[in-house]
Amino acid sequence: MTDEPLLRVSALSKFYGSRVGCDNVSFDLWPGEVLAVVGESGSGKTTLLNCLSTRLLPSSGTASYRMRDGQFRELYRMSEAERRFLMRTDWGFVHQNPADGLRMTVSAGANVGERLMAVGDRHYGKIRATAVDWLSRVEIDEDRIDDEPRAFSGGMRQRLQIARNLVTGPRLVFMDEPTGGLDVSVQARLLDLLRGLVTDLGLAAIVVTHDLAVARLLSQRMMVMKDGRVVESGLTDGVLDDPRAPYTQLLVSSILQV
Amino acid sequence: MTAQPTDIATYNFAYLDEQTKRMIRRAILKGIAIPGYQVPFASREMPMPYGWGTGGVQVTASIIGPDDVLKVIDQGADDTTNAVSIRAFFKKVANVAVTTYTASATIIQTRHRIPEHPLTAGQVLVYQVPIPEPLRFLEPRETETRKMHALEEYGLMHVKLYEDIARHGRIATTYAYPVKVEGRYVMDPSPTPKFDNPKMHRSPALQLFGAGREKRIYAVPPFTEVVSLDFEDHPFEVQTFDQPCALCAAENVYLDEVILDDHGGHMFVCSDTDHCEKRREEGHRGHLAPEMMEPAR
Repeated sequence: MTDEPLLRVSALSKFYGSRVGCDNVSFDLWPGEVLAVVGESGSGKTTLLNCLSTRLLPSSGTASYRMRDGQFRELYRMSEAERRFLMRTDWGFVHQNPADGLRMTVSAGANVGERLMAVGDRHYGKIRATAVDWLSRVEIDEDRIDDEPRAFSGGMRQRLQIARNLVTGPRLVFMDEPTGGLDVSVQARLLDLLRGLVTDLGLAAIVVTHDLAVARLLSQRMMVMKDGRVVESGLTDGVLDDPRAPYTQLLVSSILQV
Repeated sequence: MTAQPTDIATYNFAYLDEQTKRMIRRAILKGIAIPGYQVPFASREMPMPYGWGTGGVQVTASIIGPDDVLKVIDQGADDTTNAVSIRAFFKKVANVAVTTYTASATIIQTRHRIPEHPLTAGQVLVYQVPIPEPLRFLEPRETETRKMHALEEYGLMHVKLYEDIARHGRIATTYAYPVKVEGRYVMDPSPTPKFDNPKMHRSPALQLFGAGREKRIYAVPPFTEVVSLDFEDHPFEVQTFDQPCALCAAENVYLDEVILDDHGGHMFVCSDTDHCEKRREEGHRGHLAPEMMEPAR
């Protein structure tokens, strides 16, 4: 496809006063690649994700993103207008709690259509047709299009949030515990759906999760974090089947066997 | 400007002190320079409750001079409580001439209507605004809405119109219909019926908006583009009425429904009382017009 990465992250650090959020994280993310960031709570996964998605400014380090014109742009040097534009066109952000990523008081159709209207779509019929299409792709019935997400179950809300993020055809999606708080059968369907969408659309994604099974299903590559540092990284299967770092070994051996 | 010799000598001309007027005029000038942009200002306590036009009164007090002729309307009418008391207020504290004729007024303070009689260059229309932020009910955080204005992120405004069409099959917003001013700022035209929106577009009169409780002033200078937001397949439309005014037979004006009795009797009459009276003086009669003229003033 291309021999240049989509996102280059180098020596990214975020400190909260004297506390470490994440420390000296570097990696490249390639188009169409899914990277899982795993670790226990408090290990800096979410801080890293927030820094990468420019929701937080890092204390030091750089991240550059390859724009659609092929030029690399330094994320933290962009104006706020450019960053917000990127956020609603070329990027997506799937929150753990769908209520954070959805507008709970407007209908499902408007939730999906908002990004289209934000980039200048002004034809109601077309917006609605696109919303119907996306709802069906995330397995929400068409007759729910005018219902508010408040009337949806947790799994449906999460699928709606995914549709809302993907409608503008982003190239990079950030996901923060996308299956957190869902029961296992719903989780399985959501993961199946996500895997299908990521492959079909050729999305690159950074998935933060504490669930190694999610990481194994979704990602090709993973990074294990502890106390803000990356302790191990590599191909997902390699890391999970043959963990090198003591902490990763502990993590892998802690998986509950049914 | 010196204090006028009136029987309430303790008040400055037009009630507000000169420093306050100066502050408000600066806000007005900034508003005129950036059409549609909400300028914060240090709104004062006025001798009336919030919601009764404290913003409009402060704007009027800051721009009124001894030679001005003031008209005050409330929902189009010159003879309702709010209009009568604000008119009396300025007559007392500024000793200015007052009128109900749209054409002879230099300043028209209005609550929720634009007069039917076309405004001319040199006239100033002062709106009383309850909620200046058009995005308020879509995004409650003021920090966020200000950012959205600054970055021209107005997709959310269309989400509201989308919801209207999804629920009602058409854009059901009938008042406070959002407009885009001079291709830049999205503005709340105050709760005027959308019937009046086209009158704002390239109006020769200066339009000033004052929100007292919310402490914001904004403006539309004369001959400014004011475009109502819509969808390509659901274009902006104004209200239409099946019948003419019952008193003066006027068509293509905004009508109020008036209940006549307890048996479902009602009539539709001009909401602009001055316009209606003028027409009746000229001899136009609606089907419910009384035989003898009885002046409403």
